[in-house]
Amino acid sequence: MTKMIFGRFLPGDSFVHKMDPRAKLLFVFIFIIAVFIANSTWSYAALLVITLLIMLMSKIKLRYLINGLKPVLILMVFTLLLHVFFTKGGALVVDFGWVNIYEEGIRQGIFISVRFLVLVFITSILTLTTSPIAITDGLEILLSPFKKVKLPVHELALMMSIALRFIPTLMDETDKIMKAQMARGSDLTTGPVKDRVKAVVPLLIPLFVSAFKRAEDLATAMEVRGYRGGEGRTRYRLLKWTMRDTLALLALLVMIAILVLLRN
Amino acid sequence: MMNEILKLNNITFTYAPEQEEVKNAVEDVSFTVNEGEWIAIVGHNGSGKSTLAKIINGLLFTEQGTVEVMQKLMNEENLWDIRSQMGMVFQNPDNQFVGATVQDDVAFALENNGVPHEEMVARVHEALAQVKMEQFLDHEPQHLSGGQKQRVAIAGALALKPRLLILDEATSMLDPQGRKEVLATVRKLREDTGLTVLSITHDLEEAILADRLLFMNGGQKFAEGTPKEIFDLGDQLIELGLDLPFPIKMSKLLMAQGVSLQGNAMSEEELVNDIWISNFKK
Repeated sequence: MTKMIFGRFLPGDSFVHKMDPRAKLLFVFIFIIAVFIANSTWSYAALLVITLLIMLMSKIKLRYLINGLKPVLILMVFTLLLHVFFTKGGALVVDFGWVNIYEEGIRQGIFISVRFLVLVFITSILTLTTSPIAITDGLEILLSPFKKVKLPVHELALMMSIALRFIPTLMDETDKIMKAQMARGSDLTTGPVKDRVKAVVPLLIPLFVSAFKRAEDLATAMEVRGYRGGEGRTRYRLLKWTMRDTLALLALLVMIAILVLLRN
Repeated sequence: MMNEILKLNNITFTYAPEQEEVKNAVEDVSFTVNEGEWIAIVGHNGSGKSTLAKIINGLLFTEQGTVEVMQKLMNEENLWDIRSQMGMVFQNPDNQFVGATVQDDVAFALENNGVPHEEMVARVHEALAQVKMEQFLDHEPQHLSGGQKQRVAIAGALALKPRLLILDEATSMLDPQGRKEVLATVRKLREDTGLTVLSITHDLEEAILADRLLFMNGGQKFAEGTPKEIFDLGDQLIELGLDLPFPIKMSKLLMAQGVSLQGNAMSEEELVNDIWISNFKK
């Protein structure tokens, strides 16, 4: 659990760290679409190389990424095997009793795995190099055009940042309640599944009650501090778009052009 | 002439107006707070002191009585204006921390009031320096102690440059160390800026620091006066569920044992002096 890196932030000062969160979000969004352009061996190889280059630029170690994404990688290997054994087409490579492996199966398996790997790596690099506040700020600004169609962008961003802010607080609380219930003889770890599920109820109810209490207190505190919704608010955190960000997006365009050329 | 920061006129409030049998949470309370004063509202649980705080800040509206802030009658139109001149710190340090880091939290009220960015940065730094938390700019709340979180909350209130700071049981969830930190911060602020403070508390060590005490009981104002005047009520306080601060209790007990003291010591230091003086007289 502690090794999972999904959603974790690693502070640093690499090129990728210093990029504007808006640029990073746009980059990742366009890149995810671009991944589906690839359809040939060479274009998939290019995708893999680009991803590794971005990883090098972010100064995040490959070993760290692989260790942190182990559960996802296991899933990837599983899909690879499924394709290898069950996709038919092309020349027969292995013919061993009931096991038939076709060329097309191997190809498809590898393609899907590379696609999967690239997507997981790129999104992990985004969250590892960008603090949750920066992501929220970036999203709020990128989505602000949707205010015209009555999408409550500011409220959504605020909700997200408050949710992120309260995760550690609620984790501590869960831990405390768990210990309190264990001290009263509640057994959360052994016994049949039915009993264990039942033991979770006295954990969740106090947690919900206190979360509601916290929400009420927080709402009062926000009101007293003059919170009246997004109208007329100024921003403390300013995002700076630099040459670096423009360059990154231009590089992305070049990459897309290469991918299109490598298609067959 | 003293400036009136806050004036409550005959406030009566009930949480259940339809039900006759429910007692009023606050009944016919009036008092004034002058500029530069530190006033403490004391009383045990259910005495109406927290309801009073909510009325002062316009979180609750009363059917009877009026609230005047800086000689202006509070109503729905000027409510936000008035709120921007009153900083408020609540009991639970975790439940009032809005921002993801210390500086975001201090900036929250400034963002809400549309302060321009450059001024905001300057004010955040200034406010954090006032509570001695400037080296914690980028810290997340879970890495701060309760006392530190409350100091950040005070900075968040100060950033708006309020005329009045209201502490609603702000020290009651802290350990003795955190309580000391917060009270020292408030004291320092008063020395430096002459800020007006209204603290609502049942901690008598905190109340004794105030210039004036307001003693609430059952929703009514039971007594008002300097700490000395209030604690001279002695047994009456104990009957109403409040204890006496240690130095006062100690000198009363000593006098009951026949030690001739002046009996007006408000702090441990004063008590020690009092005992010395009585010793010299022998």
